[in-house]
Amino acid sequence: MSDLSLDTSSKVSAYDLEDLVEWDRRIREKVDEFGLDCFPQEFEICDHNQMLGYMAYAGMPSHYPHWSYGKAYEKLKTLYDHGVTGVPYEMVINSSPAIAYLMRDNTLLLQILTIAHVYGHNDFNKNNFTFKSTRADLTVETFKAHALRVRRYVEDPSIGMEKVERVLDAAHSLHLQCRRNLAIRKLSPEEQIERAVENAQPRSDPFQKIHARPERVEPDLRRVPTEPDEDVLLFIRDHNPYLADWERDLLTIVDEESKFFIAMIETKIMNEGWATYWHKKILEALNLEQGLHLEFLVRHNQVACPIPGQLNPYHLGLRIWEDVYRRWTEPTAEEIKRDGAPTKPAREKLFEIREVERDVSFLRRYLTEDLLRDMDIFEYEARGENYVVSKVADDDGWRDVKETLIKNVGTNSIPVIKVEDADFGQNRTLYLKHYHDGRDLHLEYAEKTIAYLQRLWAREVVIETTLEGKKSLLCCNDRGFSVRALK
Amino acid sequence: MATSETIFREYRPSDAERSDRSAGDRLRHRQKVRESIRENLADIIAEESIIGKDKDRVIKVPLRGIKEYRFVYGDNSGGASQGDGDSRPGQVVGKTGKEGPGKGHDMAGDRPGVDYYETDVTLEELIEIMFEDLELPNLERRALREIQSDYSTKRKGYRHVGIRVRLDKRRTAKQRVMRMLARDRSLNGNGAENGEPAEPPTEDDAPGLSALQPGAGPGLRKRRFPFHQDDLRYKHIEVDTREESNAAVICIMDTSGSMDTMKKYLARSFFFLLYQFISTRYRNVEIVFIAHHTEASEVTEEEFFHKGESGGTFISSGYVKALEIIHERYHPSLWNVYAFHCSDGDNFDSDNPIALKAGEELAEICNLFGYGEIKPLGSRYYESSMLNVFRRIQAPNFHTVLIERKEDIWPSFKAFLAKDRIKE
Repeated sequence: MSDLSLDTSSKVSAYDLEDLVEWDRRIREKVDEFGLDCFPQEFEICDHNQMLGYMAYAGMPSHYPHWSYGKAYEKLKTLYDHGVTGVPYEMVINSSPAIAYLMRDNTLLLQILTIAHVYGHNDFNKNNFTFKSTRADLTVETFKAHALRVRRYVEDPSIGMEKVERVLDAAHSLHLQCRRNLAIRKLSPEEQIERAVENAQPRSDPFQKIHARPERVEPDLRRVPTEPDEDVLLFIRDHNPYLADWERDLLTIVDEESKFFIAMIETKIMNEGWATYWHKKILEALNLEQGLHLEFLVRHNQVACPIPGQLNPYHLGLRIWEDVYRRWTEPTAEEIKRDGAPTKPAREKLFEIREVERDVSFLRRYLTEDLLRDMDIFEYEARGENYVVSKVADDDGWRDVKETLIKNVGTNSIPVIKVEDADFGQNRTLYLKHYHDGRDLHLEYAEKTIAYLQRLWAREVVIETTLEGKKSLLCCNDRGFSVRALK
Repeated sequence: MATSETIFREYRPSDAERSDRSAGDRLRHRQKVRESIRENLADIIAEESIIGKDKDRVIKVPLRGIKEYRFVYGDNSGGASQGDGDSRPGQVVGKTGKEGPGKGHDMAGDRPGVDYYETDVTLEELIEIMFEDLELPNLERRALREIQSDYSTKRKGYRHVGIRVRLDKRRTAKQRVMRMLARDRSLNGNGAENGEPAEPPTEDDAPGLSALQPGAGPGLRKRRFPFHQDDLRYKHIEVDTREESNAAVICIMDTSGSMDTMKKYLARSFFFLLYQFISTRYRNVEIVFIAHHTEASEVTEEEFFHKGESGGTFISSGYVKALEIIHERYHPSLWNVYAFHCSDGDNFDSDNPIALKAGEELAEICNLFGYGEIKPLGSRYYESSMLNVFRRIQAPNFHTVLIERKEDIWPSFKAFLAKDRIKE
């Protein structure tokens, strides 16, 4: 799913469905010509209320009920009614066939632009490796099945809304604490033990006669989990014996859905950039008549303009894709000296990147110093009451700026917290560790979230973290929340 | 790609109506909002003017209870964002505590963000929630909400003019008969040669009120005698302006100490109940707010609850001001005066005798005079209490209450009203 939103005043639409079908045919011609590889596409025309509804439920035609979606709806509606934000032009669901919603009130040009944009997303979702772990052909059915199951629990007189909400509230607060790179297979517990045993074996050393013998560290095979586990919800599901079946099922449902969102979070900049890149290409190739073309320029700029003080993923993504294309077609002499001459056609390179990268690697590899400087990307930090620019993309600072940028895209903006021990102190205390990278946890949020963890685990929960440079333990048990310093 | 056909599904308005699947979740969210309001009620009531305000007034209520928490990075995390072309190190780009400059893009897992928003609640809804919170019995609730107007009317004499519905037919007919008899008598006196007694009208006697015809000539034997404008009699109705239907509520509060939220809530809800109750009993209710520290002044409701002044306290100053206002505007012969004083009980010792005297004086001219000491549990820093001092006031319509928590409000309110001079 993605959305492309702008504030816009809707005009009377002087076109009908036939026109759209005809434009779609022309766009698809171009799509094939450019070699984009898409799922079958379905468009649904909707009005703004329906669009708000779809947005609240992440675009899903069916989704399980929870008050947070009602809240999302109210919020969107308030913003929309007050004219703070417009309704997105479109919305694409990562499924096969790809479903996209088109706003009924949009102008013809917006519909054309949107259709082209949607094909960009469609191609990306089908081919990027991140999305391979989500079964696109089953997306809609999966969500439907989830909705059905949750509804059944709500209607079950022995469970009911209150209890379901208790679990869902807690699960929602933890749903992003899961594995980030879904392309890496998670080892089963047996395989993990195997690996631990293997790692404990002494390395074969050709110079072992002169080297001191490495001390053999016995692997702790009795600890659960053998390797730190990032899938917090799944871990609790599998290791809290007091959960009822329906509670386990709810955790599974939430986890499955978050896998779906992780893929989107991981590729936001690439995906939006890619779709923007292709809608631009396609519309330029369509030879639009002048009126439409001028509107296209205006709309395209609204979408892909830089927003000072923020990062517009459409802008950032588009700039990198265009830069890659340029560097692989007409690199400057300097670039050839630095990177070597391009070895493959530019378009092939583009398709390769869209398949094998995610935002983090995409930025690391293809966001150059020149581009950083050109876009005036800076790093800021908190000083006292203000956020102050600490580094800009000059000769000294650009690497740090880039590092900081990468630290904040995709799932990097979610703290890494892993389950280390399910039976800490032989007390069935759940011990988790926050892998601190210089950024502290927000304590108020941590306090509330750890309470949810405790609710699901039903025993004491401890998180090891660093607060203002000091190792600390956040504890949550029946007596409440406390922070303890660790020596 | 080329093989599969793109499908377009046309917009159907009927779908739009049917597909409001968010309705259930919105409802549930609304309930959560209500719960949240209830939890923060003390804060809201403490900050809002509710006394004597229009029921339909919409109040903006901040919501805090329904945040969705997750693990996020805190304030010490910086970020990267795009500048306008000439960013230099040292430039200030935003404020901490609010939002970093790197908000904008809606990435999940981003910084906490403003998960804080407002909702609109009508005053009536809010009061309803407050009643729930104060655990008011249902019956009392209705009595307080519905203002039973004490509007009575009384018939008072008859008039020649008036509106049609108040026409008194009986009296009007009588008048006509009287006029007729009077005329006959005068005719008999004038033309005795005829010797004919006046005949009562035999013809249509129906009140043809609009057809006013002067009496027919004396020579006619068969005469019509229609109603005349002068015959018409209307009942006269007067609105009963009972003296008791004027009431003045005088709220006195000590603003010297810091009024924290809980105190404000307690005081405001007490005053509100008082005003609301008085409003149900009297047609015309006026309210006066007197804030005092060492001096007293008349203020608006807004100022009343928000003025926090440091310094000492002369409770007497508030009472003297109240007496002054009563004498000036609400003379006890015309007004029922209800005075209530809220304080945290701290007063200069030297002022106590004067306060006592002024208090007695107030009790004398008021229907009801009360003193409420608000000491939320846990705030026992003032050991001194005026309750002991005021115990010496013997007037039967004086009452002191101690409010420690919100559950106390209703019982103490009832106890206070029980002392009303005018019993129902």
